[in-house]
Amino acid sequence: MKGSTGKDGGAGLNLIIRGGHIVDPSQGIDGIGDILVEEGRVRGIETEGSGFGAAEGGPYQVIDASGMYVLPGLIDMHVHLREPGFEHKETIRTGTMAAVRGGFTSVCCMPNTKPVNDNETVTEFILRKAYAESACYIYPVGAVTKGQDGEELAEMGMMREAGCVAFSDDGRPVMNSLLMRRALEYSKAFGVPIISHAEDLSLSSSGVMNEGPLSVELGLRGVPAEAEVIMIKRDIELAGLTGGRLHVAHVSTAGGIDALREAKKRGIAVTAETCPHYFTLTEEAVRDYNTDAKVNPPLRTERDVEAVKEGLADGTIDVIATDHAPHHRDEKLCEFDRAASGISGLETALPLSLRLVEEGVLTMGQLVLKMALTPAAILGIGRGTLKAGADADIVILDPRREFRVESERLLSLGKNTPFDGWLLKGAVLMTVVKGRLYRWDD
Amino acid sequence: MAETVHLKGKDLLGMRALSPAETELILDTAGGFRDVLKRDIKKVPTLRGKTLVNLFFEPSTRTRTSFELAAKRLSTDVINFSVSMSSVAKGESLIDTAATIQALGADFVVIRHPASGVPHLLSRRLRASVINAGDGTNEHPTQALLDAFTIRERKGRVEGLRIAIVGDILHSRVARSNIHCLRSLGAEIRLIGPPTLIPGEFVQPGVQVFYSMDEGLEGADVVMMLRIQMERQDRGFFPTTDEYFRLWGLTRERLRLARPDAVVMHPGPMNRGIEIDSGVADSPQSVILEQVTNGIAVRMAVLYLLSGRPQEARV
Repeated sequence: MKGSTGKDGGAGLNLIIRGGHIVDPSQGIDGIGDILVEEGRVRGIETEGSGFGAAEGGPYQVIDASGMYVLPGLIDMHVHLREPGFEHKETIRTGTMAAVRGGFTSVCCMPNTKPVNDNETVTEFILRKAYAESACYIYPVGAVTKGQDGEELAEMGMMREAGCVAFSDDGRPVMNSLLMRRALEYSKAFGVPIISHAEDLSLSSSGVMNEGPLSVELGLRGVPAEAEVIMIKRDIELAGLTGGRLHVAHVSTAGGIDALREAKKRGIAVTAETCPHYFTLTEEAVRDYNTDAKVNPPLRTERDVEAVKEGLADGTIDVIATDHAPHHRDEKLCEFDRAASGISGLETALPLSLRLVEEGVLTMGQLVLKMALTPAAILGIGRGTLKAGADADIVILDPRREFRVESERLLSLGKNTPFDGWLLKGAVLMTVVKGRLYRWDD
Repeated sequence: MAETVHLKGKDLLGMRALSPAETELILDTAGGFRDVLKRDIKKVPTLRGKTLVNLFFEPSTRTRTSFELAAKRLSTDVINFSVSMSSVAKGESLIDTAATIQALGADFVVIRHPASGVPHLLSRRLRASVINAGDGTNEHPTQALLDAFTIRERKGRVEGLRIAIVGDILHSRVARSNIHCLRSLGAEIRLIGPPTLIPGEFVQPGVQVFYSMDEGLEGADVVMMLRIQMERQDRGFFPTTDEYFRLWGLTRERLRLARPDAVVMHPGPMNRGIEIDSGVADSPQSVILEQVTNGIAVRMAVLYLLSGRPQEARV
């Protein structure tokens, strides 16, 4: 499985993607058609008549996409690329290769690097690295507070100018309500969202899995669902108070989803994401003390999984993100209490999400909204669309092809996946991004 | 002893994984070894040439000594591998330690560790039989087995008995293993203690929760006291040890609420004056020292039955 660039790699990429099932909610397209790519940009889409057949033989590489889905490149607004500082877990190069392998053409990288992305110098470093080494587009998320320490606001304005698209103390929630209020207020100057990792740390204490009968049975310290629900409710109230934009990361609880539904009814500017593991797995996945299923927030119960699906279906949850959290093998091969939290998710997210389409939870159009167009809108980046003139960010997907997840073959340095050995349906065949065509041949 | 004497698994990780038949098998086998321990010469050659490694990541004199003596009575060689938590803090990897143990060629690895699930992790990586000697707040299966053995010796049965377990249920691996074990043998279990230390999740068929010591002790055949760990008080699970003793300490007056022939148990080490009054601990109703002696027999039985499993089951 290797990525290869097309013969016209670079900005001069000219393609005709013929006969695929194009789903592009930004233009209301859901049908068979051809896409013409010129000089790395979408030139147009033909869904009727003879398509772009006439262009054959010219400088165009022709791709037969019949039987395939052709979608706007996916946007993952919650990724840990680990660089700078934790290159043993992941690098900008490997993390973005994993992204492109998984059908993502843009990712947001979270600020919990070393040093923390809490000033424009680190932001500029990431973007310079990205320019040279990244396989896809990178949009950094800056820290809300200096050092993610929850004490003083970081220089959000300067980071915004340097290229940050949102702010978050991800993983280290802002516990001080006054400071969170200030962050939601101050960020209004830039029109960017504050992303909340909603966890009341004093309540979650040192828990390592969901609190309930199973944590009691396994003798592992539990994190009650309320640790998430309480923080979501606090942040909703603060968003209401300030008029700031709140985005709630990785929602995992039925109670949290109820609170979000209510807040949206009240007209509060809140959006929310969940991750594939929260609608695919329950806490049962940790039963054998499987550290690959240790994640924060923890995997919850069947009831929560159903609530997440309902929230996706009724629009309470706007976005599917991965919270891609790669770790080194040694950080998972240890005591459950000490093991790092997180799942390497970029390369399994799309097929896991396609199960929602199969189950009838979402239509294909809704899925593309939640994985491309809506994150682009929340972040204010002009992507997630196949409109004429847009950069050609495209993913070609065989919805019927099955493949077995083999953690050792992931392109991410993080092999930590609870889906190792799973047979998944829906394989990414090609990804077009940054003027390159990647063919994923087995 | 009987002919098909072995346990299904390679390891003894917890009572949760044992069938009632396997539990009975261990208890019956322990009875035979209990007789050996009463002999003048207490050593048998049953497991000569085998090697047992005691791998203790927490200080524990009594459990480690009990396993050591059990192994020696069976003519098994014993290596004590004490790993202080300071070396773990220095970054010593559990997996490296396991690899070292593997290279030493151990047949049994007895592990005690402050984190739940560590025996399970080791069992997947070691050819040796892994015996859980207490992991975090998960299980302590040989303690439950020796408790069941002691109850059976004293009462002739476990089925139908009313057994009160008193104290910090939430953080107790002894309680978890005992609940699994005694329930599977048909006892009626009562958990007694402050609500902060008994999550509602423990309530299940055959298990009742009482916050009042007096109500819970009524008619009990067995009163099993758990050790209160002092650091729990710092974490706010109850206000003071004085208040704890007043509300949930076992005194002679309280013990009268149980059946007159009730026995008092404690896995040790005891906090006299905090969870149990000295007058009770040293009374004729106390079987605390019998528990210690029976522990050796039960651990001999476990070693014997794990080594008796078919050779092809070895990885």
